Amino acid sequence: MNVTRKGFLRITGMCFAVAGARKASGAIGEKLTFPRTAKRWGMAIDVGKCLQKEGCTKCIEACHKAHNVPTFRDARHEIKWIWKTGYEEAFAVEGRVYAPAALQGKLLPFLCNHCDDPPCTRVCPTGATWKREDGIVMMDWHRCIGCRYCVAACPYGSRSFNWMDPRPGIAVLNPDYPTRTKGVVEKCTFCEERLARSLQPACVEVCPAKALVFGDLGDSHSPLRELLRARYSVRRKPELGTAPSVFYIV
Amino acid sequence: MRDQGVIYCGLAVFLGLLTFPAWYNAALGNTAKPPEIRLPKQEKQCVAPVEFMRKSHMALLVDWRESVVRKNQRTFTAFNGRTFDMSLTKTCLSGCHTDKAQFCDRCHNYAGVSGPYCMDCHIDPKLVARSRP
Repeated sequence: MNVTRKGFLRITGMCFAVAGARKASGAIGEKLTFPRTAKRWGMAIDVGKCLQKEGCTKCIEACHKAHNVPTFRDARHEIKWIWKTGYEEAFAVEGRVYAPAALQGKLLPFLCNHCDDPPCTRVCPTGATWKREDGIVMMDWHRCIGCRYCVAACPYGSRSFNWMDPRPGIAVLNPDYPTRTKGVVEKCTFCEERLARSLQPACVEVCPAKALVFGDLGDSHSPLRELLRARYSVRRKPELGTAPSVFYIV
Repeated sequence: MRDQGVIYCGLAVFLGLLTFPAWYNAALGNTAKPPEIRLPKQEKQCVAPVEFMRKSHMALLVDWRESVVRKNQRTFTAFNGRTFDMSLTKTCLSGCHTDKAQFCDRCHNYAGVSGPYCMDCHIDPKLVARSRP
């Protein structure tokens, strides 16, 4: 076979181009095929996978960067959409006395549970927080008057109050998302602004261990439901009857 | 009418004080002409006719807000069939009115509109450029 130098380079280049295009189209396809709507959005956190890399805070960083969540040194002013807490504290009922050795003293990620029966929305006097039809417990910061009833009502500590102007606490502003003002409550919204663009939540996308799985709890054939069928999972404070949409696979 | 002089003097002072804002501004060269706002260069047509925008841009923005936040509908179809993402930062301020100070603020300052606190939360893209370390 007689291949000239030019011909060889051409064929090599074409091979790279085809491989690159396939990878790119695969990546785009994967992102865009994520459904925009669901009967009830939910999440499963695979604790084993999450703990593979202890001390990893990529989900928190990605979320807080995407949503202009400020960082303040004073813990009393802390604003958090997703945060880490010890297993024993978060699952006090099940775990405090004889927590499995693998989970003792381990920090796990926590976020708004987007409860099926959310107590926070019931107490809001202005309708600034409500449950959407797809299960997302949404916030309208325009309507929040800062009464903090919802903060008191949430049994999971998922809501934070802006005691001061958050902007000085934001290192780099993300123009794609608004900030909040002093006197407003905020929390995780399951990245509803990303879902509208067929993107998974920022924390799910960025997790290096793929420990967070997001999907439709209302569709019994969804990958999330398959996972929950296959593995044993727990929810926080099930005795309260709030029916969280966030499951922990322990 | 013995006090005629005093009365006229008093009236003159009173009228002078009453019309003070008018002649003070006239002396300073402030006239009632509307502010010169800098229009976008790349676009000739806003999302609605200019007359509507002038009068009702605030109502349109509130409609957009309700639509996006409460109804999860994010695409606006304009009167001429064009579609826009309903976003103050991404559509209005990034696409067209890139200089908020020369457009929004000039008119708001002239009209004495101090109220709208949109920008307390929504981000002026120029602010981002400044915030980068």
